[in-house]
Amino acid sequence: MRITTTVNGTEHEVDDVWPGESLLYVLRERMGLPGSKNACEQGECGSCTVYLDGEPVCACLVAAGQAQGREVRTVEGLADGDRLHPVQEAFVECGAVQCGFCTPGLLIAAHDLLARVPHPSDLEIREALAGNLCRCTGYEKILDAVRLAADRQARS
Amino acid sequence: MGDSPLRPDGTLKVTGEFAYASDLWHDDMVWGVTLRSPHPHARIRRIDVSDALTVPGVTTVLTADDVPGDNAFGLEHADQPVLASEFVRYEGEPVALVAADHPETARRAAARIRVDYEVLPAVTDPLRAMDPDAPPVHRPGNLVRHLKLRRGDQTATAPVVVSLDFEVGMQDQAFLGPESGLAVPAEDGGVDLYVATQWLHVDQRQICLALGMEPERVRLHLSGVGGAFGGREDLSVHVHACLLALRTNRPVKMSYNREESFFGHVHRHPASMTYEFGAERDGTLVYARARTVLDGGAYASSTAAVVGNAGTLGLGPYRIPNVSVDAYGVFTNNPPCGAMRGFGCVQAAFAHEALMDELADAVGLDRVAIRQRNGMQEGDRNITGQVIDSAAPVAELLQIVADLPMPPERSAESDLRSLPGAVGNTTHGEGVVRGVGYAVTYKNIGFSEGFDDYSTARVRLEMTGGEAVATVHTAAAEVGQGLITVEQQICRTELGVERVVVHPKNTAVGSGGSTSASRQTYVTGGAVKAACEAVRAVVLERAAGLLGRPAGDLRLDGEKIVGLSGEVLTGLGEVLGDDAVEETVEWRHRPTHAIDPETGQGDAHVQFAFSAHRAVVDVDVELGLVKVIALDTAQDVGKAINPDAVVGQIHGGSAQGMGLALMEEIVVTDGHVRNPSFTDYLIPTILDMPPMQVKVLEYGDPHAPYGVRGVGEPPTISSGPAVAAAIRAATGKPLRRVPIRPEHITGT
Ligand code: FES
Ligand code: FES
Repeated sequence: MRITTTVNGTEHEVDDVWPGESLLYVLRERMGLPGSKNACEQGECGSCTVYLDGEPVCACLVAAGQAQGREVRTVEGLADGDRLHPVQEAFVECGAVQCGFCTPGLLIAAHDLLARVPHPSDLEIREALAGNLCRCTGYEKILDAVRLAADRQARS
Repeated sequence: MGDSPLRPDGTLKVTGEFAYASDLWHDDMVWGVTLRSPHPHARIRRIDVSDALTVPGVTTVLTADDVPGDNAFGLEHADQPVLASEFVRYEGEPVALVAADHPETARRAAARIRVDYEVLPAVTDPLRAMDPDAPPVHRPGNLVRHLKLRRGDQTATAPVVVSLDFEVGMQDQAFLGPESGLAVPAEDGGVDLYVATQWLHVDQRQICLALGMEPERVRLHLSGVGGAFGGREDLSVHVHACLLALRTNRPVKMSYNREESFFGHVHRHPASMTYEFGAERDGTLVYARARTVLDGGAYASSTAAVVGNAGTLGLGPYRIPNVSVDAYGVFTNNPPCGAMRGFGCVQAAFAHEALMDELADAVGLDRVAIRQRNGMQEGDRNITGQVIDSAAPVAELLQIVADLPMPPERSAESDLRSLPGAVGNTTHGEGVVRGVGYAVTYKNIGFSEGFDDYSTARVRLEMTGGEAVATVHTAAAEVGQGLITVEQQICRTELGVERVVVHPKNTAVGSGGSTSASRQTYVTGGAVKAACEAVRAVVLERAAGLLGRPAGDLRLDGEKIVGLSGEVLTGLGEVLGDDAVEETVEWRHRPTHAIDPETGQGDAHVQFAFSAHRAVVDVDVELGLVKVIALDTAQDVGKAINPDAVVGQIHGGSAQGMGLALMEEIVVTDGHVRNPSFTDYLIPTILDMPPMQVKVLEYGDPHAPYGVRGVGEPPTISSGPAVAAAIRAATGKPLRRVPIRPEHITGT
């Protein structure tokens, strides 16, 4: 089947999509946007988190057909041209990135949290990111990064 | 050096541009999938692939008959078939391969391969497997290694005796980036493999044997690696992807899904341990006896070396004059086990630390004091008789964690969600009790027991656009730990140039050795340092010729050549001109030695690293739920080349140890894995992790480059036993098995 989806502001049209394919597969393998990661493809790890019409979802659980005519925003669409988004900047600066496989999903989840709750408490950060597994960092520096991004956003 | 520059791959990773192995893509590529055995043990009578070949879109189907070279690989012993031919020995063993134009097509075709199995009884109890009459998983028997260690008086007795049995379940590395690779057939008939791995050259050696090809034609390139933790030491997609690419003459991508990943790599060895300590009435250890059985699963992998660690380091960082240790690794029809962060020391630490607590209680000392009384110090001999010839701050590390501020007591105002299980609103704190636990460890760094453990670095210095540029080329794998940054830091320090390019990692340079055993900063760092020194010497030689002064009177300072009193004599650009200086150096640490087979005595290890943890837990004793409130640690890192990266390793390592204590286990019954998914194999989330206070000591090791001490593994070893001890302290239950499950806490 053919699917037309707006991804990061650009309309993408893809042909020959098999009905069993997930949005994640179509983004990664058919649209050439591998930024969203495929760690479990079971909705358990959050590595594939993207915005679908402004709502964070696990792209691995969305059938490609469900994205027809809708707006997707992925990690590739967070930066403003060459300028990193403050959340991205904070992740790099705080050492919240080790292997980085969890990072794209965490960035979307953190970005969404800060849009809803500009000054989250630690417990709010923890609850908001509880669906995103990270095997490398022990999460301490991820918390630091979200706090720093919140501070920066408040000041800008 | 000693500051924390941003990692060069950080920006790529936050923008989604960093190419992990599963992101690789090639025009015209096809997808490879693996058909795996559903049985833990069976004879293969016949394989019929004809049906699979008729599926539209399928390019090829391969079985053992299509392996051109040796149908065997393995890190230490080549005992594992590339594709099973006669027998399958564990559930999930690869049997056939399919390549097709879509991964789903390939999977559906694989399901249509008919394998006629004669199911055989499986040996799944490692203790039973050791019986002489147990059916052999391989001929001639089920023992992979028996390490026998005898020191001092074997008949020693003591007034205070404590003993216990302990069990550790099978943990998984659970790196997030799935096993993946892209094999591209080359014009010379060889193949280029882009793959996520920990050691390119050991992979290359095994792939060459299986393909029957010389190394020049099998070139490996490191792709982005999404975590490793030991799980990428053994081959996974490597040979399979190459076979398919060579057969189809098309680029082939393979990428496991999460379930297959649980079958596609080795796990941490489950362990059964029996430990006994004898001590004076004041708590001073007199003797220790230990027997450890590690379940190696169906193939050897690195079991022998894990047994080496579980034996030689198995009694912890304590002074014990009289010792008898037997450590065994055995074959079973369970999933193969091999390397995982902490490598044999993790299992042992649960036993010796639980027993130290018992001893403390028996002699009436507190749990920090008993460890300090027996903790080894610089100059002591360990249980293999090796002198600890650099700092051994066991007592100090314990004191540091004991003195760190405690988390606030719970009060009526505390957020309910911070109670164990209370995000689910299961309690208002009625049955919740708090406990505190301590643990300390030491771990060998680098490969031991006489292994030729080296790394190769090529450093090139040249002028590009009027600026000096250094290029570092090593084959050492960056798996997320930050090695690339460290290579840059060392090169900047040694050559004084700002621009340092780290060459992509591949087999076009000599081996960097494994990214494991916490060794890369030490060994590859040492190689980069040595190569920089060699480059510097050549540059100064050249400058000496130009200036007509002895090279010994010259120094390289930034991009200047300066004389003895610091006067600038000429610029680096003048000396180099258009002619780059390039040096390649193979660098080795001090040799280690095999241990005596009868006594287990010998200088087996090159370096030791020490860490201590204090855990504070709240336990709901009615529901059996645990919440770790604090997990604080102190570690001696010798010299922190990149302090932020060091602390990051300590956080992440501690989380993995805590995971094993509380929740992480591959459940295997009758040889079948019951929970191959992130739904059922639980790793700590951000809600499970407590805040951590981390204190870093820097007692330089005089024998190591810059004094560094390996960092990555110790936190994984001491954090778990501290958490387990805290739960025992809270509940008063012995809890002799990890992970500790709710039913262990609530049961009688
Ligand atoms: S890949 Fe989608 S949740 Fe894990
Ligand atoms: S940084 Fe590796 S999984 Fe999070």
